[in-house]
Amino acid sequence: MVERRPWLDVFTHVLLLFSALALLLPVWLAFVAATHDLAGVNRVPINWLPGPYLLDNLAAAWQRGSFATRFGTSLIVAVGVTAGKILLAMLAAFALVFFQWRAKIVVFWLIFLTLMLPLEVRIVPTYAVAANALAPFQAILDATGITTLVAAVSGIEISLQWQMLNSYAGLILPLIATATGTFLYRQFFLTIPEELVEAAKMDGAGPLRFLRDVLVPLSRTTIAALATILFVYSWNQYLWPLLVTTEPDRATVMVELSRMVPRGDSIPDWNVVMAGALLVMLPPLAVVIFMQRWFVRGLVQTEK
Amino acid sequence: MSAIDLIGVRKDYGSQTAIHGIDLALPEGAFIVILGPSGCGKSTLLRMVAGLETITAGELRIGGHRMNEREPKDRGCAMVFQNYALYPHMTVAENIGYPLKVAGMRRAERQARVAEVAASLELGALLGRRPGELSGGQRQRVAMGRAMVRQPRVFLYDEPLSNLDARLRVQMRLELRRLHEKLGATSVLVTHDQQEGMTLADHLVVMKDGRVEQAGTPREVYSRPASLFVAGFLGSPSMNLLPAEVLEGGDTLRLAGGHLVRLAEPLAERGRVTLGIRPEHVTTGGLPARVEMVEDLGASVLVHAQLEGGAAIAFHSPAEAAPARGEELGLGLPPARLHLFDPTTGRRLAAVARAESAHRGLDFPVA
Repeated sequence: MVERRPWLDVFTHVLLLFSALALLLPVWLAFVAATHDLAGVNRVPINWLPGPYLLDNLAAAWQRGSFATRFGTSLIVAVGVTAGKILLAMLAAFALVFFQWRAKIVVFWLIFLTLMLPLEVRIVPTYAVAANALAPFQAILDATGITTLVAAVSGIEISLQWQMLNSYAGLILPLIATATGTFLYRQFFLTIPEELVEAAKMDGAGPLRFLRDVLVPLSRTTIAALATILFVYSWNQYLWPLLVTTEPDRATVMVELSRMVPRGDSIPDWNVVMAGALLVMLPPLAVVIFMQRWFVRGLVQTEK
Repeated sequence: MSAIDLIGVRKDYGSQTAIHGIDLALPEGAFIVILGPSGCGKSTLLRMVAGLETITAGELRIGGHRMNEREPKDRGCAMVFQNYALYPHMTVAENIGYPLKVAGMRRAERQARVAEVAASLELGALLGRRPGELSGGQRQRVAMGRAMVRQPRVFLYDEPLSNLDARLRVQMRLELRRLHEKLGATSVLVTHDQQEGMTLADHLVVMKDGRVEQAGTPREVYSRPASLFVAGFLGSPSMNLLPAEVLEGGDTLRLAGGHLVRLAEPLAERGRVTLGIRPEHVTTGGLPARVEMVEDLGASVLVHAQLEGGAAIAFHSPAEAAPARGEELGLGLPPARLHLFDPTTGRRLAAVARAESAHRGLDFPVA
């Protein structure tokens, strides 16, 4: 639909400009804060223009947060979550679109329901599982009396343990399930013509071969779009890493950054904290800029 | 020997029956065209041969072996789809070579085969292109190449020409026929275009509502249609069908206008029949008619006229001797050219004595 009303054009542009400014203002303030020394950052009224201490503050933040190792942890987690989510979403959508099986609709709705249960809602049970991933099975064994039976017969006490706290598995696995990604893939797979599936069958390609040779290459832009969103999402994760990494050495940058925030009567060195925030922002920013072209194409999906 | 045997083949979708027990024996090396209006089950039948649809009941044999439970790739068939179904992200060479790649053939050998196939289809210059950069006719040839590269015993075509414009369609039709002669494999083509069926087929199978109406050479089917449906479906413009009544003695018909038409042989039936005659067989004679419209076809004209009594009739006339609108004419219906059908069952009448062979015409006489 093409509207030809000049005042509407002006209005939308003003609105866009205003929104952009509103979004950029905090970033600008963070940047300005990161360029001043302790006195400059705490001045009232606040400084609106940058000062000369940016590099000093960046170096201080890098040191204080031991960002060298924190970035490594965060990168592994973000890449692991992104890759895991994409793989899981793709396989789930593949099963939902290209196979006929009885529980298909039930499974589809179960996946749909998980949209209403983000990690924050189920954080307590998820933590319990991360503390011992085999706890549910232990509970079943206890409840059915198998534990006591085995203990009575053989004297062996069944005690299942798989602890995932402070491990990459614990950081990554609970974040991997993704309904959104599954739906994005499902929508894409539904656009694949039936004939293409049948042609592959005639050519002798089995389902996995078809997935590898046809679907994956065709969904490259979808993968890029999804990877961009998911990388930023998992990089920004705070609550779960905070809970699951009880040892400070295992923390991600986000957790570390929150530890740098001055509390109580400690020195209010917001300049260093903001410098740290700027550093933490860089990887997702780089990913978005680098992937932008693919990202837009993947969401618009004009190319076929 | 027959290449494909269908023995009581049936297809049900839930409680709906799409194919009602078809028996066919398709001869080796022939070009077989399955013709029918949309929804008659012709594509379903082809897809059952290919292995893309399961067979509810009956048996499918290819080269004498039962194929019902075999995977599509193990049936020795290759298929060309209506929209060609080329892999959009692969080049022409990769598309053609894909079946070989899946089969695990070595790269060097594969490339040699692809080059050979591409050369025979004049695709050599296009090997590096993507399907999106090709014209309809070129895509069609790539789809052909992908089917040919495995050297199948049977080629299956699902309305392969319906997406091309009229001129290209005629050209590709010739190309399909030429390719068939060269490869010597059995070809089965599904179409709703009666002209395609007439021109391409060695053997024509006409289907309607999940049943075979008639099977035979195109000439046989055209000149002795087994039913009203086949009579009306084949030929353009289609056969004239006139209501008539058999008079005592069985060798004379009375038309709606009261005029009499002589038959070549007496009929056993009495009462109402449907008389059919093709537009090209109408001659001049004593049957009065008034010209309603004249269509210029270039080589000849098609005259639409009304017989006394109201029945419409169309016939060809040389362009030089075209009658004018409103002109009164005398038409002749040569007895040897008449087709007679039972108006209720639609079956052919005069052929009752020869009906045995017409029914067994479901499996083809060996060519």
